Amino acid sequence: MKHLDEYRDGGLARGLAARIHSEAKPGRAYAFMEFCGGHTHAVSRYGVQDILPENIRLIHGPGCPVCVLPIGRIDQAIELAKNPEITLCVYGDLMRVPGSNGASLTKAKAGGADIRMIYSTLDAISVAEREPQREIVFFAIGFETTTPPTAMAIRLAQKKRLRNFSVFCNHVLTPAAMRQILETSDPQSLPLDGFIGPAHVSTIIGTAPYDAFAGEFRKPIVIAGFEPLDVVQAILMLVRQVNDGRAEAENEYIRAVTPDGNRIAQAEIADIFELRESFEWRGLGEIPKSALRLREAYRDYDAERRFSMERRVARDNPACECGAILRGVKQPRDCKLFGTACTPETPMGACMVSSEGSCAAYWAYGRFRASQRRAAE
Amino acid sequence: MNKILSLGRKLDLRHGRVDLSHGAGGRAMARLIADVFHAAFDNDWLRAGNDQSAFDVAGGRMVMTTDAYVVSPLFFPGGDIGLLAVNGTINDIAMAGAKPLYMSASFVIEEGFPLADLQRIAQSMGEASRAAGVPIITGDTKVVERGKADGVFISTACVGAAQIELSLSGDKARPRDAILLSGSIGDHGVAVMSRRENLCFETDVLSDTVALHELVAAMVAAGGPSIRAMRDPTRGGLAATLNEIANQSRVGARIDEAALPIKPQVAAACELLGLDPLNVANEGKLIAIVAPEAAEATLAAMRAHRLGAQAARIGEIVEDDCCFVQMRTTFGGDRIVDWLSGEQLPRIC
Amino acid sequence: MCLAIPARVVELLPDDMARVSIDGVVQTASLAFVEGVGIGDYIVLHVGYALARIDEEEAQRTLKLLQEAAMFGAPA
Repeated sequence: MKHLDEYRDGGLARGLAARIHSEAKPGRAYAFMEFCGGHTHAVSRYGVQDILPENIRLIHGPGCPVCVLPIGRIDQAIELAKNPEITLCVYGDLMRVPGSNGASLTKAKAGGADIRMIYSTLDAISVAEREPQREIVFFAIGFETTTPPTAMAIRLAQKKRLRNFSVFCNHVLTPAAMRQILETSDPQSLPLDGFIGPAHVSTIIGTAPYDAFAGEFRKPIVIAGFEPLDVVQAILMLVRQVNDGRAEAENEYIRAVTPDGNRIAQAEIADIFELRESFEWRGLGEIPKSALRLREAYRDYDAERRFSMERRVARDNPACECGAILRGVKQPRDCKLFGTACTPETPMGACMVSSEGSCAAYWAYGRFRASQRRAAE
Repeated sequence: MNKILSLGRKLDLRHGRVDLSHGAGGRAMARLIADVFHAAFDNDWLRAGNDQSAFDVAGGRMVMTTDAYVVSPLFFPGGDIGLLAVNGTINDIAMAGAKPLYMSASFVIEEGFPLADLQRIAQSMGEASRAAGVPIITGDTKVVERGKADGVFISTACVGAAQIELSLSGDKARPRDAILLSGSIGDHGVAVMSRRENLCFETDVLSDTVALHELVAAMVAAGGPSIRAMRDPTRGGLAATLNEIANQSRVGARIDEAALPIKPQVAAACELLGLDPLNVANEGKLIAIVAPEAAEATLAAMRAHRLGAQAARIGEIVEDDCCFVQMRTTFGGDRIVDWLSGEQLPRIC
Repeated sequence: MCLAIPARVVELLPDDMARVSIDGVVQTASLAFVEGVGIGDYIVLHVGYALARIDEEEAQRTLKLLQEAAMFGAPA
């Protein structure tokens, strides 16, 4: 696959790794947070940590929109789906996310709710056109990468004068979450030397928003493409920044990310959505100006206004450490529920359900390191 | 001749539909069975028209298996539910190193199911059964109300003759055994998914559904009792099968991603949907765990057979109390290959 | 973030749509968010939408940088 396989080359990986080994200063610890869930997945899938020197640690951040979706919002979606007139269209990622009392969309579907998994918002619009007698609600989640597709669905609904289509909007913003991490992180518990910035969020928002961070918080950020060589190259660039004492926003993903980003997408988003004053993030609490809702002009397409939806506040299991793990402060093995009550079969929190979540990634890919360590002892 | 006339009017196989009378045990059911199933499967046992069929056994050990097929969609690139049913059932016998002999097939059909589709499925099964040399000698038909079956469910059984000197079993894998794979992974799952509603993508990938008993016979001739176990990685893919064997044998496995045969279109479709090819179903491939001294010969026998042309040695069994299956990625790092949790779903993240 | 994959535009369709191919796997995608995309161009595909055009020159530059960095052993 062009523009994909080249960035998975093992030979280049070995060379880059050797370069990093030589440039990382012995005796100095480097901790970089990869913000984006897609990077967490790539790091796990390819075993990137294995080829890095011992003194470089990768910390998984909260860049997984499924993981940070509060339980209350899942509960609300399940309630919507139970309405016999409503067809709820969702991305596959959401089906198994646990809500309150062990509920989930998969279970609701088994109980008869009309829940349809779709690949694209274009599919949701097709369903609305084909089934005018049904109320179609699209359960929208995602960071800035996934927001333009939702915007386009609303635009299409408008153009086609669809009366039966609305969106349950849970879109969240990357810079706000990064700011929250940097403002609340305690250098003792979370020494953070820099960020690997998200790939596809950045195709939309550009590199400009990150300049502010680097300046204000004095932390280097390197926007990295999605493939393992991109990540390793970004780590090399971060190591160099730290060694040089620089704190800049750099772009490794130059083949798809520009300083301005995608102006068309930004304009559509600005026209259709506005900032919520505050939004609850699972594990991070309330974050101001971190999420979007539909503007008044598009109220007809806003499921929260179309259907009377009660605000639900639901608490995580008190022993669930998803919050601390999402902030990078704890590791999956620090959570009492990990591997006992909480497994991929019986996920207690979103970090285990989402394939990008730290716990799912650790379970799937990383447990053997712990066993190897035990064997070595 | 008389028998056929006494069954009344012929079925309208082009435009007709199955209704509850076809399952009620009367003339309509007899007509359905004759025109659709007997016509397609075409053998003396069925023509005798009894509820059971008899055959002689050569003495020694028998092997038996049963399976149910509920795939949706019923028709997909490279095959249909009927083809899966025949090949899949034969393969279960073949994985024991046994020779498949006779099959049964029972059908639970949803009211309203088009007769043309039923005929297509039955004809697929007849062709596959003849190609494999395993006749379908008995069966059953039921019709249920609309909504109670996804079109049609097929349940099968097969008996085979075991080779006494072979005792293949998933708990026989030992450290240093070679892991052999007969060909490219992920073809069937991708072919089926390409026809699922709401996932539309165009691809030339065909299901790999095929009966493997002759490939197995060639392998057994080469490797004999040095073959510890064989299994076909169907639902759950290669990952599930390797984990099953590792857990049954209380060992670990190490495989090499670079050694896995995979078609470019399958890899691309998996990337598109966010799926791991190791978790995607196969219907015409097998894994063999072979003692190291016989690995080369067995692999050569696989490659010499048309169904094993892409066969590869993908790894080896190791000591591991945790029974992990680990993979050296093309990138150079390692990762665990785990069982899938629940249904495999395309993802956006 | 988010699963996105490079795909080649193989056919332009009305209403800002296109058929795109990844190694022979073909999907219909929306080009509403990208401009000046023609047949043969590569786009970043995410849930049925092209989010960016892949700049071939920048891609080449990236690969060259990777190759240079990977030539470890040679004087830096």
